[in-house]
Amino acid sequence: MKLNALLAGAALALGLAGAAAAQDKTKVGFVFVGPIGDGGWTYEHNQARLAVEEKFGDAVETVYQESVPEGADAERVLTQMALSGADLIFTTSFGYMDPTINVAQKFPDVKFEHATGYKRADNVGTYSARFYEGRAVQGHIAGRMTKSNVVGYIASFPIPEVIRGINSAYIHAKAANPDVQFKVIWAYTWFDPAKEADAATALIQQGADVILQHTDSTAPQAAAEKAGGIITFGQASDMAEYAPMPRVSSIIDNWAPYYINRVQAVMDGTWESDDTWDGIGAGMVKIGEISNAVPEDVKAEALALKEAIASGAHHPFTGPLNKQDGSVWLAEGEVADDGTLAGMNFYVEGLTGDIPQ
Amino acid sequence: MDLSAIDPVVLIASLMVAATPILLAAIGELVVEKSGVLNLGVEGMMITGAICGFAIAVETGSPTFGFLAAMVGGAALSLIFGVLTQVLMSNQVATGLALTLFGLGLSALIGQGYVGLKPPATGQLDLGPLSDIPVLGRILFSHDLVVYVSLALIVGVWAGLKYTRAGLILRAVGENHEAAHALGYKVVRIRLMAIAFGGACAGLGGAYLSLIRVPQWTEGMTAGAGWIALAIVVFASWKPVRVLLGAYLFGGVTVLQLNLQAAGLAVPVEVLSMSPYLITILVLVIMSADRGRAALSAPASLGKSFHASS
Amino acid sequence: MIRLEKRPSPSRLWTVATPVLAVALTMIAGGLLFAALGKDPVAAIRTIFWDPLFNEQFAAYSRPQLLVKAGPLILIAIGLSLGFRAGIWNIGAEGQYIIGALSGAGVGLAFYPMEAWFIFPLMVLAGGLGGWAWAMIPAILKTRFRTNEILVSLLLVYVAEQILASMSLGLMRNPEGGGFPGSRNLQQYPSAANTELFAGTGVHWGVVAGFVAVILAYVLLNRHMLGFQIRLAGQSPRAARFAGVNPNALVVFCLGVSGALAGMAGLFEVSGPAGQVSIDFNQGYGFTAIIVAFLGRLHPVGILLAGLLMALTYIGGELAQFMLGVPAAAIQAFQGMLLFFLLGVDVLSNYRVRLGKREVA
Repeated sequence: MKLNALLAGAALALGLAGAAAAQDKTKVGFVFVGPIGDGGWTYEHNQARLAVEEKFGDAVETVYQESVPEGADAERVLTQMALSGADLIFTTSFGYMDPTINVAQKFPDVKFEHATGYKRADNVGTYSARFYEGRAVQGHIAGRMTKSNVVGYIASFPIPEVIRGINSAYIHAKAANPDVQFKVIWAYTWFDPAKEADAATALIQQGADVILQHTDSTAPQAAAEKAGGIITFGQASDMAEYAPMPRVSSIIDNWAPYYINRVQAVMDGTWESDDTWDGIGAGMVKIGEISNAVPEDVKAEALALKEAIASGAHHPFTGPLNKQDGSVWLAEGEVADDGTLAGMNFYVEGLTGDIPQ
Repeated sequence: MDLSAIDPVVLIASLMVAATPILLAAIGELVVEKSGVLNLGVEGMMITGAICGFAIAVETGSPTFGFLAAMVGGAALSLIFGVLTQVLMSNQVATGLALTLFGLGLSALIGQGYVGLKPPATGQLDLGPLSDIPVLGRILFSHDLVVYVSLALIVGVWAGLKYTRAGLILRAVGENHEAAHALGYKVVRIRLMAIAFGGACAGLGGAYLSLIRVPQWTEGMTAGAGWIALAIVVFASWKPVRVLLGAYLFGGVTVLQLNLQAAGLAVPVEVLSMSPYLITILVLVIMSADRGRAALSAPASLGKSFHASS
Repeated sequence: MIRLEKRPSPSRLWTVATPVLAVALTMIAGGLLFAALGKDPVAAIRTIFWDPLFNEQFAAYSRPQLLVKAGPLILIAIGLSLGFRAGIWNIGAEGQYIIGALSGAGVGLAFYPMEAWFIFPLMVLAGGLGGWAWAMIPAILKTRFRTNEILVSLLLVYVAEQILASMSLGLMRNPEGGGFPGSRNLQQYPSAANTELFAGTGVHWGVVAGFVAVILAYVLLNRHMLGFQIRLAGQSPRAARFAGVNPNALVVFCLGVSGALAGMAGLFEVSGPAGQVSIDFNQGYGFTAIIVAFLGRLHPVGILLAGLLMALTYIGGELAQFMLGVPAAAIQAFQGMLLFFLLGVDVLSNYRVRLGKREVA
């Protein structure tokens, strides 16, 4: 196609023009789905960008663009970023998958890293975090701490990532406390702090004394603090301002080690497309400090669980596990494969309610 | 499913909190529209109020100063709209939308240093034994001051429009600015005051979100509440008491649908999620179907520019 | 004492000069804003207004992209302008855009994987019908029950967003997408793809439709009885009634046209640049188009220019963000300022500025 030739020509011209300057500077681009001030998902990606800058100093130049809608605009933004001479571009949201692949085809010399997707190419790698490992630790604490045996869960949309988290938390809460029951509210929005507050309040009113959230605002924390005697967990960032109560621990997205690693690989010329799915072990998922509101024995158990997951001794999805309808999913000792986990669209046995379809 | 888990008393108390930001913004916008001005920039003014209130509350440690700053911030922003539409006679719909765009951007710029902070807590109003009254105590006497301010504003605006001279003049300006001008009233000045009042109310509503309801600063945190406030004014047919009804209806359905979900009601989540909007439309249709045309009509000069030609 | 005096007819000179003046004023005020943020104001302004058009690195790519970005805005704004002229307030084009995209994409996906020439035209038709049908809800409620169309059309946007989410997660989800939300990519289904018309430009059928709509609206408003009725209804509803204009028919017509155009815009977008139905498919075109309509003074040619100007600030703003590290929020505030100035200085074309005391009338 003519466009390809044109763009390749432009890229080539750029590459030549930029060669002298690019010799010492690696240009790394970041495309963010939200504003860097969202205090959650995008905020943490941007923290990792800053960590890259700090690590490599003058050897890198980072550029970023925030609040890029998924779809048409993403493709343009990526193209412009590639045209401007970026060597490596991180696209940090699932919806950038097809645009990333399309643009990568036109710029074979630019490396792309797409978060949470499954399509790869020679110059497109994917990466994601095993947040469900962190959910397992949360689930254990939740199961041990709840007195009402009702755990509330605020979910955003029914996508595999969220369903995986619910299942993992439930399995470990159930193991710690066989009487535990989960109540899930689907907010059906990525971002509406006021609605999150309402959802938390509704769950608390209906007897939940532990709130887990898969939404990024601190609104549920504040609602729990107001109600009193409720425990919560930080999501995406530490939310330490609500420690020691209601926030007793947290899952923190920590992309910095991975980003630094991949930038280094591009500098060394060793970058290759691959599929990275790291968890607690590699440090991509961090468990925020367990506050002193949690009894020592529970804390010790949670830390032991974390260690077991980190070392690989324990996989959060280990059989025997049945699906919600009672059919067998994993036999005794069997471990879930990544393919099933990546596309998870079912509840495990014991969870009530339906996943909205 | 266990519907008995839903306690109506607690539900009403929490819907009042949920509806307060919308209520505040809507009653302000009602006054603006009564003066014949359509300001679609409510969302922009709310979010500006949210960050002004948050920033000042954090800096001074006083939520009260925060709320005052939010009102000043909202009013100041609204006066950009005021000057453009009243003095320079720009188109109100477009200017209002531009105000929303500007307010969202400006608030994010101001808020850059305030992400991840926790604002000082706003205390519950201590009403002593009143809050111990069964049922009523929980519903009526267990809130923070701003909830009562919002209710007082409804009463104040209702009485002010209906019984005071200032209210009469405001309505006259909104119904027929030419005639009001001929009678010697300063149309532009009155409208500017109404716009500033609307801005202050929207700012207060925004700060209620960032200081009490959420409480946190995040870019775009109003998430469309300003648009709902605009819809509520229309829903209310420009009547203050109906604003209360509309805001509580909307807030109530929102809270109720989340409670129904938690209780495990077997209705698709997406249907529940759209229910606040659908029910608001439905109620308006029912109300507008059996009322006379006059009772429903907007202020006659709504959205029209005024220029004193004589 | 400065005062304004109404011109008997709008000044031709100022009608042309005011946008230029507004852009100049925005450059000054925006420059101050960027300087306050510690960015080079001259570089920022140049990046926003100049680079998308003339920068050698980007211009070859971004110049046609202006048309791609402006296309849906113009298409929607043209439809809205008819209603706005007649005093009919469709604030919910965003919802009609979503439903149009869903209807059109639904037709395309239903035929998958069949290849036939008629699939894409059918999708366009379905997109228009979907948007039209969604706009008929406020139209019928208004004509039957006198329900205010501002409220109904606005709230239906949120309903449409929920339907969109539900479709992306359920009915239209790509069965080969590994359980992730979002439909099949229509760009990869030749019969349903809204393809690039001129190689290397990204220009698709939606852009063409935008230009056609401009021409048709121009003809309608200037040469056709219906156009006259629309203008009359807006200027003087009473006179319109005496002239035999049926207000209900006008409501149905104006809302229907704006809905259909918004729906088509949605279809062109979902089958073209966006490629797929996803939870976050809509991005506020329906609201931005309202600004575009008024910025263009509800005139077809004005809307065309306003749409291109908005597109320029979007694309230039993107460049300024990653070239200079200007925050997205600053670009938003900058766009707001530009609109303020454009709307504010418009006063000069309709009014004369006079110094001195008011004469006795």
